[in-house]
Amino acid sequence: MNNPYIVLPVIFQLLTSVLLMFFWYRVNAQRLITIICSIISVGIATWLFKEVYQNGILTMQAGEWQAPFGITFVADLFSTTMVLLTAISGMAVGIFSTGSIRNARLKFGYFPILNFLLMGLHGAFLTGDIFNLYVWFEIIIIASFVLITIGGEKAQIEGAIKYVTMNLLASAIFLTAIAILYGLAGSLNMADLSIQVAEIENRGLVNVVAILFLVGFGIKSAIFPLYFWLPASYHTPPPAISAVFGGLLTKVGVYALLRIFTLIFIPDEFLGNLLIVLACMTILSGGLGAILQVNMRKIFSYLIVCHIGFMLAGLGIYTELAIMGAIFYLIHDIIVKTNLFLASGLIFKLKGTLNIEKLGGLYKKYPKFSLLIAIPLFSLAGIPPLSGFWAKVFLIEGGYKENEWMLIGFIILGSFLTLWVIAKLWSEVFWKDAVDLPKKINVKYFHELKPFKRWAMVIPIILLAGTSLYIGLAAEHIIVLSKQIAAELINPTAYLDAVLGIKSQTP
Amino acid sequence: MELILVVIIGLLYASGIYMMLRRSMVKLIIGLILLGNGANMLIFLLGRIVKGKPPIIDSTAKMLTEIYADPVPQALILTAIVISFGLQSFAIILVKRAYKITQTDDLDELNTTDEIYE
Repeated sequence: MNNPYIVLPVIFQLLTSVLLMFFWYRVNAQRLITIICSIISVGIATWLFKEVYQNGILTMQAGEWQAPFGITFVADLFSTTMVLLTAISGMAVGIFSTGSIRNARLKFGYFPILNFLLMGLHGAFLTGDIFNLYVWFEIIIIASFVLITIGGEKAQIEGAIKYVTMNLLASAIFLTAIAILYGLAGSLNMADLSIQVAEIENRGLVNVVAILFLVGFGIKSAIFPLYFWLPASYHTPPPAISAVFGGLLTKVGVYALLRIFTLIFIPDEFLGNLLIVLACMTILSGGLGAILQVNMRKIFSYLIVCHIGFMLAGLGIYTELAIMGAIFYLIHDIIVKTNLFLASGLIFKLKGTLNIEKLGGLYKKYPKFSLLIAIPLFSLAGIPPLSGFWAKVFLIEGGYKENEWMLIGFIILGSFLTLWVIAKLWSEVFWKDAVDLPKKINVKYFHELKPFKRWAMVIPIILLAGTSLYIGLAAEHIIVLSKQIAAELINPTAYLDAVLGIKSQTP
Repeated sequence: MELILVVIIGLLYASGIYMMLRRSMVKLIIGLILLGNGANMLIFLLGRIVKGKPPIIDSTAKMLTEIYADPVPQALILTAIVISFGLQSFAIILVKRAYKITQTDDLDELNTTDEIYE
């Protein structure tokens, strides 16, 4: 079956970017188009999600070239969920940007590039071809390069050097892995590879390719010991950009890991243990890093690293329950991390600094806003019944059933470190008495902004906080969804059938 | 032919990584370029090298019966070259810009990002 409409999210983002480019210097028109188009984009993603949820996996063969010869796009439940989350975060960041990003940056094509980035993300989630995945990754990184450098401040450029180098290295390793895989299996279609790779006798070489993929995606998703570029660069661009990076870019690496290691390379004992050890070290190093920092965005950057470990842990245990926990965590994390970076942007606009030692008294002065930020902060720490709690319950239960005591210990340690950091943050930023800060000339404070811009910065945070609350309080729905995704990942027959059609029925 | 390519690819990867580990930003870019070229050659090699057998079906035949050169790796390399061209030109401009702002070519000096406490 050919369902060409499943690439609609990609096409729509492309058209949005092109449309925005016609209004290069007219920033107000760009703001309007971004808001409208990002809302439509969420609509499209929701509709696609509903279609796939009701009808099962949909595929598209580009140019009617049957798989495995053509480029395949596959919309299964995992990819459409990711597309939906991307659209929601994209909308929040888009609206936030209309209020927080300066005109000087907007006139250098901020919005078109942001939409190209979202296009790349949608494409990476929907594609069913490994080389096509590489191309989407390149689209994502080139768009993110522009976003991280736009404005050209000293710290931005220095952060960008680290970010660009590590991403280019990751791409080179990813390409190497694809080359060897093609030499081994003679195919690029992920479903076809799933069958071919299982039949290869030279398991040693297959493991080498698996490790190459692990390193390539590991750099992108910032797992231990490949994460050093992340805390060195994510706090340098404007908060809206950090939000889209922190919420989505590392998660696309996690998505690719989950996809590749459930479909193509089923982890054997060695790989499973390796993943578990890496997960433990990622949790530990991210958590310890976060404790030491005083810059709020840097704290969040380290917490990204820490929580990547949780998702990796689910993959390492490799049971349906554990993967379900990882998926739940992924869903929760995208929304919460985006929200936290947006909130840090708002705090910067309120106080003119993000140093938690200098901040203070926010709760006294802005009680409603503080309660709003409490939602993502406490969800991140996993305080029941908020969203982070449920995911960890399933991860720990998954580890318990497989007797992975070390991993459970590290997950609990990671949760504890997160809670510690969040508690410190809360008491320093919100409860401590306010200190008089010198007024900065180059910062436009929140109360100096026009009402439209103020609302544009608050509404996305409310929206995302609402989504987190939904994930936490209506966890049943998310549990059903992640259970189904995990079942599809562990047993990919439905995926293979949908992509390859009759071929897989005659082994 | 294969043996020469294997040696060249190995050298490209090794020198690419070596260059990236140096402290100079220009050498970093050279390293990335060498590494990218090594990856492209690797795709070419692993697509199996067949001389003088283009994958063109005779007008009298229905399908290819003999061994032929696989066109897919070449398409992949072409795509990869175009992509790496774009990324590398961006990286070169970035390094130039960084040099202008920081007045140094030494990667160890780039630690402003660790000193942002605001």
